[in-house]
Parts: sequence; C-alpha cells; structure tokens
Amino acid sequence: MSDHSFVRTEMLGSQAPPMMEGSVLGWIRYNLFSGPLNSLLTIISGLLVVYLLAEILPWVFLSSWTATSLRECREVIPLTYGEGTTGACWAVIRERYLQLFYGFYPRELYWRVNLTFIMMLIALAPILFPKLPRQMLYFSGVYPFLGYWLLWGGTIWTPFLTLAGLIVGYLVFNFLNEKRGLLIGTIVGTLLIIFWFLFGVIPVSVFLSENVTPLAIEIVESEQFGGFTLSVIIGATGIAASLPIGILLALGRKSDLLIVKSLCVGFIEFIRGVPLITLLFVASTLLNYFLPPGTNFDIILRVVIMVTLFAAAYMAEVIRGGLAALPRGQYEAGDALGLDYWKSMRLIVLPQALKISIPGIVSTFIGLFKDTTLVSIIGLLDPIGLSRAIRSDTAWNGIVWELYAFVAAVFFVFCFAMSRYSIYLEKKLETGHR
Amino acid sequence: MQQEVLEKKSNPEQDSHPAVVIANMNKWFGKFHVLRDINLSVNNGERIVICGPSGSGKSTLIRCINRLEEHQSGSIIVEGTELSSDLKNIDLIRSEVGMCFQHFNLFPHLSVMENCTLAPIWVRKVPRHEAEKTAMHFLEKVKIPEQAFKYPGQLSGGQQQRVAIARSLCMKPRIMLFDEPTSALDPEMIKEVLDTMIELAEDGMTMLCVTHEMGFARQVANRVIFMDEGQIVESNEPEEFFNNPQSDRTKLFLSQILGH
Repeated sequence: MSDHSFVRTEMLGSQAPPMMEGSVLGWIRYNLFSGPLNSLLTIISGLLVVYLLAEILPWVFLSSWTATSLRECREVIPLTYGEGTTGACWAVIRERYLQLFYGFYPRELYWRVNLTFIMMLIALAPILFPKLPRQMLYFSGVYPFLGYWLLWGGTIWTPFLTLAGLIVGYLVFNFLNEKRGLLIGTIVGTLLIIFWFLFGVIPVSVFLSENVTPLAIEIVESEQFGGFTLSVIIGATGIAASLPIGILLALGRKSDLLIVKSLCVGFIEFIRGVPLITLLFVASTLLNYFLPPGTNFDIILRVVIMVTLFAAAYMAEVIRGGLAALPRGQYEAGDALGLDYWKSMRLIVLPQALKISIPGIVSTFIGLFKDTTLVSIIGLLDPIGLSRAIRSDTAWNGIVWELYAFVAAVFFVFCFAMSRYSIYLEKKLETGHR
Repeated sequence: MQQEVLEKKSNPEQDSHPAVVIANMNKWFGKFHVLRDINLSVNNGERIVICGPSGSGKSTLIRCINRLEEHQSGSIIVEGTELSSDLKNIDLIRSEVGMCFQHFNLFPHLSVMENCTLAPIWVRKVPRHEAEKTAMHFLEKVKIPEQAFKYPGQLSGGQQQRVAIARSLCMKPRIMLFDEPTSALDPEMIKEVLDTMIELAEDGMTMLCVTHEMGFARQVANRVIFMDEGQIVESNEPEEFFNNPQSDRTKLFLSQILGH
C-alpha cells in the first residue's frame, strides 16, 4: 500500500469553535492588541481621544445659558466656575433659537411651519418604509401643494389648480398613450401642463377667489422666510425633485436616440462644470434681466430650481454608475420576456441600479442639503446668514463658535439620519446575490 | 389561457406553417461577417440542437430569432410574423418565444415567484393570483416549488436554470430558445437541467438548443445542426449526424468533443 493512498471511513461532524471566538475579550484582543505595534497604536489613539475630550468638554459644559450678552457671559462664567475658565456662551442660542429655526416668519404663525414639518414627516413615512399602508402615498402626493399653501399662505386655489393641472395632464397622457402611442402622449401631455402653468393657473385662481370664495389664509412673503425652515424647504424640495430628474437624465444619457442623448450629456456637463454659487447668482440677479419686466418670480422658487438642477446633474452620474454596473444579461432577460423599454427600466433595471447607487445618491442628498447654506451669499437668511445677522447685534458682537456649533449640530442630526436610513435601506434590499 | 394554447397547438392549420423560417439571412458585427447566408426552417414541435466550435455564430443565430441581435439582410419569420424594425412586432414575437441563457439572468432583486409572474402580469396582463397559480404549476414541473419564495442568489446554479426555464414557460411560449443552458453549471447539476429540458421536449415544445450535450442531442433532437465560421455546415437527423457525418469539418469537431 502506497503512502499517498487514503480512504476516509467516517465523515467528521462539526465541532464548537475555539474559546476566544465570539467573546468580548477575544474581540478586544484580536482587534486592538493583536501585536506590539497594534497595542502601541491603540494606546496612542486612546490618549489622543482623551486629550481632545478634555479640551472640548469643559468648554461645552462650563458655560452660561442665562446671560443676555456676550460681555455678561464673559463675566459670569469665571465667577461660577473659577478664575480663568472660558466656557461657551450658549445664552445666544437660548435667546435666538426661534429666529434660527423660523427666520422672520411671523411669530403668531409659527404653527403653520410646525404643521408643515410634521406633515412632511407623515408624507415621507410611506416612501421610506414600504411596510406602511400604501394609501398613505395619496397624502404624500398632495403634500407638496398643501405644504406650499400653509407656508406661503394666500388662496388655496393656486396650489389646487396646479395639482389639478398635473392630474389632468397625466390623464391626457395616459389616454393618448393608449390610443396614439407614447411619443404623442408625452408631447401633448407636457405641453398642456406647461401651458396651463404659464397662462391658466393664476388668472383662474384670481377669478375663483374673487367670484366664488377666497379660501385664503394670511400671506407670508418670501423675504420673511429664514433659518432652518428655509434650509429644509430648499433641501427637501431639491431632494424630492432631483432624484426623478436625475434618473431621467441618466437614462437619457444611455439612450440610443441621438438628440435625447446629446441634450442630456450637454446639460449634465454644463451644470457640473459650473460652481453652484454662480448658478445661485444667476438665480438671484441675472434672471431678472431675461424675464419680462414686472414678472414676480419668487426668489426661493428660483433658488430651489437652481439647487435642484445642480443636484440632478450629479445624481444622473451617480445613477449612471449604477446602470453601468448591471450585467447586460439583465437587460436581455427583460427584452426576451417581451417587456417594453419603460417596463423593463421600471421593473428590472432601475430597482437594481438604484440599489447599487444608494450610497452615492444619499451622498448627493446630504451634499445638497448642506449646500443650502450657500444661499446666505445671495442674501437669503438661512442659519449661516442669520448668525451673521445675530453677530451684528451689539449684545452678541464677536460670538462665533457657539452659533456655528449649534448650526452644525442641527445639520448633523439631519444628515446623520439620512446616512443611517441609507444603511438600513441597503441592508433591507440585500437579497443574497453577488 | 393554457387551454387556448393547447388548442392552437393541435390546430392542423397552425401546424402546417413552420414555427421559424430563416431565409438568406446575413449578419455582421461591424466588419466581421458573423452569420453567412443562413437558411433554416423549423416546424412546430421540432427539436433542434445547434452545435459547433466557439465563435461559429450559433448563439448569435438563436439570438437573432428573438431580435436580441439584429440581422442586416434576408428574412426571419417567427410564427408567421416577420421580424422588422417595427417595435410592436418585436414585442409580440418576444412574448411568444421563451429564452434561457447560459448565465440564467434571473432578476436578483425579485423572489423566484416574482421572477415567474413579472412578465405575465406586465406583458400579458394576467391577474396576479392567476399568474401565481401558473407560476406554481411550472415550478412544480421543474421540481422546485419549495423554493418559490427564496431569492435567486440563495439557489444553486442548477436550480437557478430551472427557475429560468419556468420563468420562460410562464409566458406560455410557442417556441423555446436555449443558449448553452448547461455550460455554466457544475457537472452534478447538468443532469437536473437536462431532465427538465427532456420533459419539455416530450410535451411537444418547439425547441432550438445551442448545446454541447451530445447525449441530449441523441436523445431528444429531431435534427442536429453543425455550424462553423458563421454558416450551417451540416444538418441531419441525430442518428445519421453522429454515426455518419459527411463533412470533414464535422468529423473533426465530433472526434474532438466525443474523443475524450
């Protein structure tokens, strides 16, 4: 019998893992102290963290919440906590937090902002969590118009007619799509909606509110908007609108139709090649030269459009990455089953491409939300613009860190929530392939 | 629905016209002449195996039949409808012609059941519960009903290919195309897929298979076609084809694949 021959007579059963596996101690030893160099690095990093906290925490906690001016803060803190202490002056936040949240929105109408915000959470819920009843999506559909009405006030006819125009346009599109084909349906439907928006909505709503019933609430001008309210309005609208536009641009860029493709490529490359600040300046000043004199084109609306287009161009490239990552077989399988272009995009390609692109999409969302602070440069009073305004008050002249730290903290809450949601979504959509 | 298809199949008039007629068909990839003057007629219920060395154009040929590839000259008529650039015709033909791919191409984000019901619901407009019933019927036929609510990523290769076959069958196709269905499988799994295909053949399905499984060809094919350099070199009944090949090229090929 040769040395190389071997026959197993009995198959081995599975055994318990070694002790260290799975215990806390084992984890610490394996990850933090696996060798001399690693142990040294762990200790140095630990000391660094302790040092940083020792510097920052006293500033945060040995602070004053009650002073009425920066000077008072500087007198009170050493008195309370001992000579030489330089704590934060959070009193400025206590005094001005309402302004930081609501800008110059009329105080007696704060409830409208609050209600809009709460309704936004309700409208988002069914989109974020598919387990909730699908009927809630109807509310999500109506919400943008309701929210607009609540925030800006005026007659309800304008948002109602806008929504009605969209619905009628969609019905016309659907009808023509069945009878005359997709292209004619799209063209007629879109033209109808644009025409209605430009020439129909305002006159009809004026007519209705004068002759039927006004159904109006107090108007709040765009100049009175500010603070985090403004950031959330611009950010949320931009996020909601940039995703669908980005998807269409990405599909257009991959299209075989030459004109569609060149338009999309041109748009994406142009927008990505221009700084957002430039676009915002165009929105705030230059646009007035091009519009017919006397047009009242709301400044917030203009900014929202610019921010949306900017984010959409980035979104398109992120999604294109997802589309490119799909194997060609997925497209072919859709084709072979007889699905047409839009169905195969909607049911097969996009669900997978969007899933691949989730980290990039959420990054773009977060970037967009933080970029809303740039509107302070064109004179809108977002939190950054407001902190400048607060500093120009003699009582708070010279205060910097406290305001920025507060603004940063609030932004962090929003952005961190988005980031966690994206991780939750990735886990939920994991179906074990690859 | 199923009833209707069965009636169509037993209708003598339907049987009289061939399932696929390809006449003087040519195709180029850029300057490369990949298919050269292909003439092929497939009758209803006929089972054809296409073999040949890699790069001989056999996959391209069957991919032309449901227009995953576009041919440049000649004509392809499937179930009486000519393949032209008219999108309506293409979608019609694709819903009548099932296809199984080498790499299965199941939709990984959908469960097995959803994979099978997607096209019937969205293309054929079958109600969901009915589509699910049909899907279960075909999943039982390919012997994996217990996997219906798993995701493709959780199945073995052989199981995935059987799901892919069931997915195609759910559209009640008149013709099935197989593009090297067992080439990506471990040897242990090839048999389960071949068994499914044999059963399908026994039910009278019109089949065109690109495959190197010569045992399968001997057992179920009515006709074996050998392709090389983009042309049909030899076409014969399996018995004759394997025992008495005419062309030298065929003899060489057969000696190479049957030689080991």
